[in-house]
Amino acid sequence: MPRINSPAELEKFRKDILSKRDPNRPCVAVCTGTGCLALGAAKVVTALKEEIKKQGLATKVDVVDVRETGCPGFCERGPLVVIYPEETCYLQVQPGDAEEIVSQTILAKKVIDRLVYVDPITGEKIVRESEIPFYKNQMRHLIGNNIKIDPKSIDDYLAVGGYSALAKALCQVTPEQVVGLVKDSNLRGRGGAGFPTGRKWEFTRNSPEKTKYVIVNADEGDPGAFMDRALLEGNPHSVLEGLTIGAYAIGAHEGYFYVRQEYPLAVENVTIAIRKAEDYGFLGKNILGSGFDFTVKVRWGAGAFVCGEETALLMSLEGKAGEPRARPPYPAVKGLWGKPTNINNVETWANVPLIINNGAGFLTSIGTEGSKGTKIFSLVGKVNNTGLVEVPMGITLRDIVYKVGGGIPGGKKFKAVQTGGPSGGCIPEKYLDIEVDFDELKKVGAIMGSGGMIVMDEDTCMVDVARYFLNFLTGESCGKCSPCREGIRQMLKILTNISKGKGREGDIELLEELSEATRDASLCALGGSAPNPVLSTIRYFRDEYEAHIKEKRCPAYVCKELISYHIDPDKCQACMICLRKCPAEAIAGDKNQIHVIDQDKCTKCGTCFEVCPSRFGAVRRLSGEPLPPPIPEEARIIVRKSKG
Amino acid sequence: MSEILLQIDGIEVKAKEGMTILEAAQSVGIYIPTLCHHEKLEPYGACRICVVEVDARGRTSLVAACLYPVEPDLVVRTRSEKVDKTRKILLEQFLAHAPDAPALQDLAQEYGADKDRFEKESSFCILCGLCVRYCAEVKKKNAVGFVDRGARREINFIPEIASRECWNCKECFPLCPTSYLQAAYHLTEALAFPRHSIKSTTGK
Repeated sequence: MPRINSPAELEKFRKDILSKRDPNRPCVAVCTGTGCLALGAAKVVTALKEEIKKQGLATKVDVVDVRETGCPGFCERGPLVVIYPEETCYLQVQPGDAEEIVSQTILAKKVIDRLVYVDPITGEKIVRESEIPFYKNQMRHLIGNNIKIDPKSIDDYLAVGGYSALAKALCQVTPEQVVGLVKDSNLRGRGGAGFPTGRKWEFTRNSPEKTKYVIVNADEGDPGAFMDRALLEGNPHSVLEGLTIGAYAIGAHEGYFYVRQEYPLAVENVTIAIRKAEDYGFLGKNILGSGFDFTVKVRWGAGAFVCGEETALLMSLEGKAGEPRARPPYPAVKGLWGKPTNINNVETWANVPLIINNGAGFLTSIGTEGSKGTKIFSLVGKVNNTGLVEVPMGITLRDIVYKVGGGIPGGKKFKAVQTGGPSGGCIPEKYLDIEVDFDELKKVGAIMGSGGMIVMDEDTCMVDVARYFLNFLTGESCGKCSPCREGIRQMLKILTNISKGKGREGDIELLEELSEATRDASLCALGGSAPNPVLSTIRYFRDEYEAHIKEKRCPAYVCKELISYHIDPDKCQACMICLRKCPAEAIAGDKNQIHVIDQDKCTKCGTCFEVCPSRFGAVRRLSGEPLPPPIPEEARIIVRKSKG
Repeated sequence: MSEILLQIDGIEVKAKEGMTILEAAQSVGIYIPTLCHHEKLEPYGACRICVVEVDARGRTSLVAACLYPVEPDLVVRTRSEKVDKTRKILLEQFLAHAPDAPALQDLAQEYGADKDRFEKESSFCILCGLCVRYCAEVKKKNAVGFVDRGARREINFIPEIASRECWNCKECFPLCPTSYLQAAYHLTEALAFPRHSIKSTTGK
């Protein structure tokens, strides 16, 4: 591959790529992001390629393309396949569907009805990807290209306009102007804290040291979050381009991707992207003839959540234990190996080419007063359309959960949405109409964090939720400073006790006191935000805490030690279903004998409750009330009316 | 070095640039309690018992006095309701691990800390890291280190190094605010050189 030495050469090269690509040539794009791969996307790709051969399409060169892409977001319905140019979107595609996709959709231009999206409410079939409500209600500036490019192909990225922002930044504007543009765009860091990116760049740029570094923080560690993963896996060049522009603006000549090793595909795709960018001359010496030099390396993180904190990340990058240190001095002054360092999250860097290409106004035209642009969320939990969503700042939580997410499955009632990862907060129904941005989420006791969004329904116990997150944090706190290490330890003990029915009067107040000390006295933001799950659940669901403590009752029937299952002898028809399904063999009975649960054997899995036919409704969940005494042996015989 | 004027507990204090709040306070005889601080060691800021309340840039917050650099016009309160409350609960959490630690008794009395407030989990160690850091920074031996993270964090001697270096040193022993160190050391010693221990339980 010849090196590209100037913006003019880049544009010529881009034209060459596009001239070889016929927009009307059929292309089957298959998501091979981690989610779809897990659902068997690799087999779908193989099957499609075989079918294309079998049906004689492979003999004629370039009749149909198969493209393996990154994650477009609708993980719930994977493996996802989109067929261009019609943009026909097929969901939950299996290898067995390949024959029909090739013969029907590609050759005969017919839609296969069973594979398209069906609106659960209207029953209407929706063929085009962009018209599916999940996508229609999003604004996909960052992840929209994922389905259009093979992340391993730099030519694909160039075909969608890639590296034009780099050429513009390096050859048309000064570094100061780039910083100015990013400042004017009001871009705020997407890693969690929402610090203004332009100002951060300026601090590092103005540090007097000659050697400076730029770093991509890809240590995404929130349970259930995969925003950065999808960007790195699906469109690594967009992040790399943003990083290179940032390096130019800041005056850094070396950069790092700090990626967790649990993201092997992200590591692979980023590594390939760097190599290709080096080949093409987008990295290395004298990039695009601008005189600017920049090299990038990939470093693996070992998977510690705390290494997402920037000072801990720096320690880890230097080969030391990943423990935060106090700021000041900020990394902008003293960072990697004591040199000024600018660290931004993956998504922040991916926004940079958009700003350079379209101007600062592009971002400021989207969003709220204080938060501009779009934000990617991992929408998970009790919601119909789980997946990766990109929405404009200022969208309401209700729109995310109901319009994009398609509401709560199984007709259950919405209870809360947890934002911001393990140290985020739970937002109750009454705030569903708040505009999602950095400041509004903070006002209601949650945080934007890096973009995790977990939807919870009525079957979720909020004490259990707080306990779950504190349990995560107790293992992920680095343990260096005492308010975080000890505070989380004590809070977890109290929460565990409460969920076991051992809660005491005063526990809520003690949790609040511990929360305050942990929040205010901890060394880094992990401790500073660790009490959020506790404080927000107490704030909005205090009644649930009180029910656990005072009545030894779990209103959501989750805390096993506070619930029991009971078969109502008046309703039991001795149908044997629960008896057979019980995995603990805890149900005694017979065909004509009322069933009884042996409470000592019962593991409270709830199977009996689920399988008891609704026309009987004999199995009851009990919490906070005494268990009725077992029915005497002699009263258990059912005398059925004879059928005659 | 330019001179910086700040206020600590209502007193105007002159400090040099680069000094910490703790150093500035000590220079005028204002006492701030510390547990993980040692003048021979790099500031660490882990025990947080030295937290003080500062007004800076229009915000009031708690910072670790042993780390926070002095700034012009900084207003510092070394005792306030919030500071005392925080120190009290931190002490109570330490006392769950080391209820009889000498260094904690006076502080507990001063701040009204109840040593029975939290369930005992007697590790005898409050993870101040003095031994670890002294061995690394002063002795440059790294014979003792931290193991694991979060609530599972503990200190441990590295047998290979400890067997070589510790016997004639033991300079970290008197630094320990709780006395856990000796116990840990002897434990490791027992593991590392069974012949030195009184009787090996394995009988070998």
